[in-house]
Amino acid sequence: MRNSTSFIAVTSVNLALFALFMLHGRYSRGNEAALLKPCADLVKRLRLTDLCLFTEARYTRNPAMADSHAPFQDHPVALEHFPSGSLVTPPRFRPEAP
Amino acid sequence: MNRTIERHRHIIDFALSSLLRRKGKNLSLLAVYVLIVFMIGSVMFFIQALKREAALILQGAPDMVVQRLVAGRQDLIPVGYGDKIGAIRGVSGVRPRLWGYYYDPAVGANYTLMAADGDRQAPGTAVIGSGVAATRRLAQGDFLTLRDYSGEPVLLEVAGIMPYASDLVAADLIVMAESDLRALFNLPGGSATDLAVAVRNPRELATIAAKIARQFPDTRPILKSEILRTYDSIFDWRGGMVVVLLAVAVLSFVIFAWDKATGLSAEERKEIGILKSIGWETGDVLLLKFWEGTVISLSAFLAGVILAYGHLFFFSAPLFEHALKGWAVIYPRFRLTPAIDAYQLAVLFVLTVVPYTVATIIPSWQAATVDPDAAMRS
Repeated sequence: MRNSTSFIAVTSVNLALFALFMLHGRYSRGNEAALLKPCADLVKRLRLTDLCLFTEARYTRNPAMADSHAPFQDHPVALEHFPSGSLVTPPRFRPEAP
Repeated sequence: MNRTIERHRHIIDFALSSLLRRKGKNLSLLAVYVLIVFMIGSVMFFIQALKREAALILQGAPDMVVQRLVAGRQDLIPVGYGDKIGAIRGVSGVRPRLWGYYYDPAVGANYTLMAADGDRQAPGTAVIGSGVAATRRLAQGDFLTLRDYSGEPVLLEVAGIMPYASDLVAADLIVMAESDLRALFNLPGGSATDLAVAVRNPRELATIAAKIARQFPDTRPILKSEILRTYDSIFDWRGGMVVVLLAVAVLSFVIFAWDKATGLSAEERKEIGILKSIGWETGDVLLLKFWEGTVISLSAFLAGVILAYGHLFFFSAPLFEHALKGWAVIYPRFRLTPAIDAYQLAVLFVLTVVPYTVATIIPSWQAATVDPDAAMRS
């Protein structure tokens, strides 16, 4: 078999997989509302404000509710020491935010 | 038409046999390239999917949350504030939220404790998130032991466990009766953690927030739009670990492309010289190098994107789990819904394929324009 034929075959398989994944993505988005319903219902019923992504510190559990200076409130020279603190930036749009 | 296609196919044949002659070097190059596309793609798709999921889930969040600040810290807010806020024109309802955090030293986990509305939860019982149930190995009907403010044990019967499908908002949640929560933390009656305010017309939110801040200078209103924007800013590509991940991936790519751009090997120069001496035009040599670059970059791009997709949306991003989990004991189990669009794919393509192709073409053009005799002797 010619090298170009093998390349075209491998690329076609990759493109077909790629197209299949895109279709999968589109199909999944169709079911998204049903999949997220338990979460959305709970948010509405309990009036929740945040995702439960980082449970290690109070200011990372509810970043929308946390103070912008929360990591430094434990004592004046307290440095951020939770790993997820490097992911969670303080909300920049609050009036008291720097 | 057929003649053009056949010409390109012959050049691809030649390009592939040329690449296969340096199999070890080119396969390792392909592996590094796939890894870089996989890394950058995973970060981009993950951020986009999580932002989208947060926006959809938090659509039902309160229109506004009013907190009280005392000496620069958030403090309990008198429920009486709610009555006065409720009288502001445009406010359709104010509901106090009573909640707090509980550190469980037995397992080292943080829980979020929340009071259910009215008498929805019978005193002495609790509904717990699946993360709490898994950490404490509890089933429905078991007793959850917590310690109150004075260190006395408090027993709560597990009335139910929230489904896994709600993990993304409730993995660490314990919902109990208001009286139990007040007794646990010794919270005074007539106070709440914050107030959830509902507004008739969302366009009036900013005006109402300003009125609240004027009427109660010790409060801080947080709008729903700010809650939603929080997740945009958390996973902002300019901040935190995301920028570190992207910087590492892009830097590795720059080093890798730089290595290619700094020149061809003596063997490759010799090959170009021979090709030119047997009659290949400069354009043919450039076309050959273009196809060599395209074979590697297109294969790496497609393989990297496919692997990134599988990693995120079929295997729930196991490589990112440790970065997100940190020292937390409770981590939600969730499966993201793909939110990949043409724009993201185009950005990924431009970031990875274009620089590589350019980096291979420029040194080849330099080599292809020199005299074949000089190229063969170099």
